Amino acid sequence: MTELTTPIAPAAARVSLLRRLLRNPVGVVSLAFLAIVGLVAVIGSALAPYDPNLASLQLVLAPPSPDHILGADSAGRDVLSRLLAATQISIAAALLGLVVALVVGVTAGLIAGYYGGWFDQVSSWFTGLVMALPGIVVLLAARAVVGPSVWYSMLIFGVLLSPAYFRLVYAAVTAVKNELYVDAARVSGLSDLRIIARHILSVVRAPVIIQSAIIAGIAIAIQSGLEFLGLGDMSVPTWGSMLNDGFSNIYKAPLLMLWPSLAIGLTCMALVLLANAMRDELERSVRPVGRRRRRAAAVVAEERPAVVVHADDAKTRTGEVLLSVRDLVVGYDKPDGSLTRVVRGVSLDIRRGEVHGLIGESGSGKTQTAFAVLGLLPAGGRVVSGSIGFDGLELAGAGEKVYRGVRGSRIAYVPQEPMSNLDGAFTIGSQLVEPMRLTLGISKAEAKERALGLLERVGIPNPKRTFAAYPHEISGGMAQRVLIAGAVSCDPELLIADEPTTALDVTVQAEVLDLVRDLQEERQMGLLLVTHNFGVVADLCDRVSVMQSGLIVETGPVRSIFAHAEHPYTQSLLDAILEDGPARGALAGTPEVAR
Amino acid sequence: MLQFILRRLLSGVVLVFVITVVAFSLLYAGGGDIARRILGQNATQDIVDRKAAELGLTRPLWEQYGDWFSHAVTGDFGRSWFTGQLVMNGVSSRLAVTLSIVIGATLLAAIVSVFLGVLAAVRGGAVDRVVQVGSVLGFAIPGFLIALGLVIVFAINLKWFKATGYIPITTSFAGWLTSVTLPIIALSIGVIATVAQQVRGSVIDALERDYVRTLRSRGLSMRRVVAKHVLRNAGGPALAVLAVQFVGLLSGAVIVEQIFALPGLGQMAVQATSSADIPIVMGLVTVMAVIVVIVNLAIDLAQAALNPKVRLS
Amino acid sequence: MTTLLEVKDLDVTYPVKGFGKKPFQALRGVSLDIRPGETVGLVGESGSGKTTLGRAVLGLAPVTGGSIEYRGRDIAHLGRRERRALSSEIQVVFQDPYSSLNPALTIEQILSEPLTARGVAGSQARTRVRELLGQVNLPADAGDRLPREFSGGQRQRIAIARALALDPQLIVCDEPVSALDLSTQARVLDLFIEIQERTGVAYLFISHDLAVVRHISHRVAVMYHGEIVESGDGDQVTGAPEHPYTQRLFMAAPVPDPVRQEQRRAERLRLLEQQREADEQALATASPGRTA
Repeated sequence: MTELTTPIAPAAARVSLLRRLLRNPVGVVSLAFLAIVGLVAVIGSALAPYDPNLASLQLVLAPPSPDHILGADSAGRDVLSRLLAATQISIAAALLGLVVALVVGVTAGLIAGYYGGWFDQVSSWFTGLVMALPGIVVLLAARAVVGPSVWYSMLIFGVLLSPAYFRLVYAAVTAVKNELYVDAARVSGLSDLRIIARHILSVVRAPVIIQSAIIAGIAIAIQSGLEFLGLGDMSVPTWGSMLNDGFSNIYKAPLLMLWPSLAIGLTCMALVLLANAMRDELERSVRPVGRRRRRAAAVVAEERPAVVVHADDAKTRTGEVLLSVRDLVVGYDKPDGSLTRVVRGVSLDIRRGEVHGLIGESGSGKTQTAFAVLGLLPAGGRVVSGSIGFDGLELAGAGEKVYRGVRGSRIAYVPQEPMSNLDGAFTIGSQLVEPMRLTLGISKAEAKERALGLLERVGIPNPKRTFAAYPHEISGGMAQRVLIAGAVSCDPELLIADEPTTALDVTVQAEVLDLVRDLQEERQMGLLLVTHNFGVVADLCDRVSVMQSGLIVETGPVRSIFAHAEHPYTQSLLDAILEDGPARGALAGTPEVAR
Repeated sequence: MLQFILRRLLSGVVLVFVITVVAFSLLYAGGGDIARRILGQNATQDIVDRKAAELGLTRPLWEQYGDWFSHAVTGDFGRSWFTGQLVMNGVSSRLAVTLSIVIGATLLAAIVSVFLGVLAAVRGGAVDRVVQVGSVLGFAIPGFLIALGLVIVFAINLKWFKATGYIPITTSFAGWLTSVTLPIIALSIGVIATVAQQVRGSVIDALERDYVRTLRSRGLSMRRVVAKHVLRNAGGPALAVLAVQFVGLLSGAVIVEQIFALPGLGQMAVQATSSADIPIVMGLVTVMAVIVVIVNLAIDLAQAALNPKVRLS
Repeated sequence: MTTLLEVKDLDVTYPVKGFGKKPFQALRGVSLDIRPGETVGLVGESGSGKTTLGRAVLGLAPVTGGSIEYRGRDIAHLGRRERRALSSEIQVVFQDPYSSLNPALTIEQILSEPLTARGVAGSQARTRVRELLGQVNLPADAGDRLPREFSGGQRQRIAIARALALDPQLIVCDEPVSALDLSTQARVLDLFIEIQERTGVAYLFISHDLAVVRHISHRVAVMYHGEIVESGDGDQVTGAPEHPYTQRLFMAAPVPDPVRQEQRRAERLRLLEQQREADEQALATASPGRTA
């Protein structure tokens, strides 16, 4: 098996989230701060120099002194002692809210997301209900009934916060539930519990941890806010009640507000920064997986093997060269400053009215070549060297100014995926009219008339209705016809079609190929056809170039290439074609059963 | 489209109804205990019972609710147990204050966050990093601390604005503006932080869509594609976040009204809560729910206008 | 020879979300049988119901009528527990080699999953995983890697290994090579055939690609709009189709040869013209009054 020789990529280092967090400066600082707060919460009341509720008339609003480092409050209580004791209460209250929200939200989210049905409906509706009420108002209402208790209000607040978890878990579970690997696990005989534990909890875990840091911050803020309103139990010291005391004495002892503000502000900030650092680290570990460009040719070797060039035959066109690409190199800048070359020196010519096929497997750089000609490389990509000559214009590295007179009016593009290439928020008509008005400078009515004519030309049965329709209201085959109509709407000289039929069914593909051929002949456009399908090449092309790892390995008239391919890579591709192979035949030993 | 509006409206009405049922049963479930709380521990059981009967608390809960509901639909939420004032009168005189700062903050947040979010997504680089760090900080610091900071800096130290009090817009527009500017800024910062992040994310997402490339291949400039197509597609998710944030703003308004001594619904709620004035609390919960439903309906309509697919779901 | 799987008059209807919406009938009276060691190819275009038929056999689609008999026992309406017991009999290989493997699990964890679910001990499972990797021509040390470290073709081999773990009698293959490059596709198909010849497993092989189906199938069934419109020997269905739709499908696939494709194109246009005329005639005879 040749596949054995393809090396598997080197094993990527897998590092735990915590360890990566410890290498992230923001993560370390926030973790350290939270650890200190946690420590104070546990042992703080033991460290307090005075009883936090011991009031002394002599000390009312006393400024900081050696005996009372942070001074005393409006009732003459030691501020430092109160701050230490308040940390414990505030943190414990926030944790209570957090745990309630976590348990309620995650459990409900898992069940509703995985099983759906009535529980899903009820809990989703309940979530909407809870989210329609401002939290503080509910807490105020609750306080009117149950009285001033930090614990009761945090219990209720936990329920109010549970939608944050519910929606997160629900979204994750419903997304994962439809992944094929969950179906595969079910077919493998795994029980539901096992599937949830193995495949679903692992997806939910990281987002839930991040969400918890944020929710903890919100819990502290809301709890402090409630106490700040003066609605808490005044006998229990909390950050919020200290803030309330400071605010009412803001003119007499402005420093009183500082300490609880710092405690609340810094703790909330540390929690949010921690969540952010965790998210950054998680994203960093996911990013290189990207499905697109998954096998961008990363070969470093710069030796360029000779291109096999077939001589022109009687059928090839002679005439003015429209597009002339020479030694084109396209690269992507990587974060470490190096450059990944995905096209490594491509040269090709297209004459007026000629169809040039660019064929290759995924990652060979054929689409990147097409995008480079259009000047529409994805973010990070650029033409590194080489030239793209188009009817006397140099397009390699050209700016918007040069392309303004070229894109749409002289070079047009037909994409692969019909649906995603139409903007779902606008009608099909407006997406045809807008570019025509801009590039041709014609009136709206004129553009509309033209668009209707084009829709009819590309074989759309009811042009008026399609003109007024939104993309989701038409089929994929129709959408591709609309895109072709849009591409030829401004009479381009060169059409670049990137796998124009790959996403379509075979019968629709045949119709669209007919349409492309007719339009190309009718308007004598040059056509650069990017494809991986030799059948499509055989159907349309005059000339074909075979690409492998960013290079053209063989080029020539289409009949010549199919008849006697010389490059081993072209030969291997042609050998892999199944079309001409024999059918497997009936299973030995079975009588023919007509059904 | 009409069907879409009617469906949303109906679900909003049902939501408000259920909220009133739940709130009423929780608030009035205490029965006799409520009378005891009003009269204090020293009142004799006899007086407490008489008070409970006088307030109608001895009747079955569903009967009390039916009574409340039949009046509420006509806009009568009963009277305060302490001042005897009509709840609706109190609400209507204070509604303008709360709506001023909450809607002001929503609009300010919407404008600023779209600007910042689009800027960060399109420009990238240093601009993006500044916006990102700014929104993390804006999100992290609790709103009432920001409000306190604004009071101390701009009202107490610099004396640019009045620290407290409210001037109705009908009295003086300039005066109204000075009285609501700080509260609006204090409320909106957290929302701006959240919504700007969402706008940035959905603009980046929309920029990577295939149709952006196709539209540009037809000769549209990047600026035009962003202004027309990307913004419209990114608007939906941003509006959804804004809807959630609006509910948070009502929460924040309660605290901010207290800090700036604004006579709004929040202040009314705090007073009613500390005195256990249940009819007022009940009325406020209902009014808040109605406000949220109306705002959500407006945002739903805006979303449907932006994206034709929403109208179908 | 006995049949392994027999599908009789199968209906599958999906409920459509939303009040008062009509449910969607994906399959209408579909019948099909598969014998031990046989490959039955299922061809059709998107929306024809071919994937739904595969999912119904796997117990992943709501069967609303008819029956699916496996070794004479109806498996169309099994409970979760009974369905789990069938996992050693019927297995699956999905189309997308990216989403069919959990990106967070190592290859060994993925392959041992069906084994440990059946209570196979850890050390035994590990030995079996090495054996399976060998069977699909992957190096034995691949077990410690994550799916993202493999190419599409290699991932599909891993998915095949997972399907083989419990020695099933039938594997439902849902477009297993359509996401792969041409050369990889040919090698994976050869692997399927090699495994079948060695183990005698039967395949229900679903694909939109007539050439792929022709290459691997003993018998072929063609689906169109939720029904099977033609079935029979692979040779015959893919070489000399009888049903008008199959004929159109056959003619639509471009031949990788410029000379022959030109002929094929002409033939196709002629066929379409004939079919159109036939349709018109049928319409005219059915309602003579309407065509003037």
